[in-house]
Amino acid sequence: MRQSSKSVHEVTVNGRRRESVVPPNMLLIDYLREELRLTGTKTGCDGGECGACTVLVDGKPMLSCITLVSKVNGKEVETVESLSENGRLSSLQRMFHEKLGTQCGFCTPGVIMASEALLRKNANPSDEEIRKALEGNLCRCTGYVKILESVKAVAEAGAAR
Amino acid sequence: MELLPEFEIRQPKTAEEAVALGAEADARYIGGGTDFVPNLRRGLETPSTVVDLSEVSEMQQIEETENGLKIGASVSLQQLISNELVIKQYALLAQAAETIAGTTHRQSATVGGNLCLDTRCQFYNQSEWWRKSNNYCLKYRGDICHVAPQGDICRAAYSGDLAPAMMVYGAKVELVSAAGKRVIDLKDMYQEDGANYLLLNPGELLVAVIIERLDGYNTEYRKVRVRGGVDFPLVGVAVAAKSNAGKLEDIRIALTGTNSRPVFVEGAEESFGKPVDEETIKALVKLVRVQSKPMRSTFTPGSYRSKVVVNVARRLINQLL
Ligand SMILES: Cc1cc2nc3c(=O)[nH]c(=O)nc-3n(C[C@H](O)[C@H](O)[C@H](O)COP(=O)(O)OP(=O)(O)OC[C@H]3O[C@@H](n4cnc5c(N)ncnc54)[C@H](O)[C@@H]3O)c2cc1C
Ligand code: SF4
Ligand code: FES
Ligand code: FES
Repeated sequence: MRQSSKSVHEVTVNGRRRESVVPPNMLLIDYLREELRLTGTKTGCDGGECGACTVLVDGKPMLSCITLVSKVNGKEVETVESLSENGRLSSLQRMFHEKLGTQCGFCTPGVIMASEALLRKNANPSDEEIRKALEGNLCRCTGYVKILESVKAVAEAGAAR
Repeated sequence: MELLPEFEIRQPKTAEEAVALGAEADARYIGGGTDFVPNLRRGLETPSTVVDLSEVSEMQQIEETENGLKIGASVSLQQLISNELVIKQYALLAQAAETIAGTTHRQSATVGGNLCLDTRCQFYNQSEWWRKSNNYCLKYRGDICHVAPQGDICRAAYSGDLAPAMMVYGAKVELVSAAGKRVIDLKDMYQEDGANYLLLNPGELLVAVIIERLDGYNTEYRKVRVRGGVDFPLVGVAVAAKSNAGKLEDIRIALTGTNSRPVFVEGAEESFGKPVDEETIKALVKLVRVQSKPMRSTFTPGSYRSKVVVNVARRLINQLL
């Protein structure tokens, strides 16, 4: 079998600059979970369909299961682990806890990162805007209403960053 | 899902460099990778080199031309739907782009990737073991088509949403290969063969799409799908129509999801100059009925999609004229 040549990738992950020697066929999700042991980001469908693996790349939401790590070379990646401050949940995370926007929790890291991307651009989104931003995030538990309420609660509290 | 095969990745900075790399045997281009990487993961692609187009800045521009726009193939769908000119003057295009996949996909998905989107079929977009246990099929590695076993051609459905929209704006595409540059009509980039739907030469790169402004037209894109978001079209219909003093001046109808290529409905010009009445509309709807050929390539039956495409087209024509 052909051997892919490994090369150095410089990626900033959650504020920390990393230099990693990885093969070109490595996916971002595997880089995060297997190389960096950042297991907050989840693999759901493993094929671009469910949004569980959503992370931010230069502030934009991206599906890490269908992103080659070379695509984020020189860029800034943020995962759900980046949100808490000094061990305390961010306001967005806290609202998901308080308003029951999370149940089994498997979709939650992806939903939260997609919501985070929305709230940074738009601190006071309408229901329609929230639905649109989260259209690619599937959840088997909450029925989505509680997710919507959690995001709205952050906006209403004026606590969006 | 499968482990990814081994390949090299290249990130050229210019279209010229990209074409030089794309000329290598088994090299493949990727834009956002939102179609290519899932296919790679399903064992449907085995590239030697992946040429990632995301660093080619000359392909990321939307420029105004004398009578329209030139849209670089690496423009993301999000960039397209946020562009003021597109929003104001090419509403149908923005409408179609907004329906593609989900908000997150659209950040990275590109115009070029959408136009070159692989055809889809319930027997093809499956895991390796699933396809293997069905003895594969004509499109990849097998020798019969499970959709039309008597035939010798793949009937997988072309399902990109941008192509019909671009077509009603008279789209042309700029293609570059080691042999040079050519500009052709977008509709001539496709053919009715699900396994060889693109008429691109090996290593040919789609660099830009050139569309013309439509002044005084009523336009609309309508997409029918199972879910309201993150779903390919069962059928998509784009219509731009113009009438004057009760007479049909121009109508352009294009379809997706129905055939192995996006269909620009031919023959409408026979109705130009005729009064906008039932007879004219019937003639136009008939063109759609005859030229659309949905097959059993999706979970919804072809017969259902045939009815849907005709009814959606009829409604749109009535509404826009
Ligand atoms: C869950 C899900 C839902 C989706 N829903 C839709 C939908 O509703 N409608 C829809 O249209 N699509 C849909 N898609 C498919 C895909 O996301 C989009 O079509 C997207 O626009 C593809 O663009 P890309 O840049 O990611 O393509 P890529 O995956 O990068 O490329 C696609 C193909 O085009 C080729 N290519 C790319 N750029 C060029 C170029 N410049 N020159 C020559 N060849 C090129 C590649 O080699 C590849 O074969 C969906 C995908 C997923 C995963
Ligand atoms: S239409 Fe036939 S040949 Fe084409 S992908 Fe489907 S089963 Fe395979
Ligand atoms: S795991 Fe990435 S979209 Fe489902
Ligand atoms: S909380 Fe269980 S999948 Fe969303």
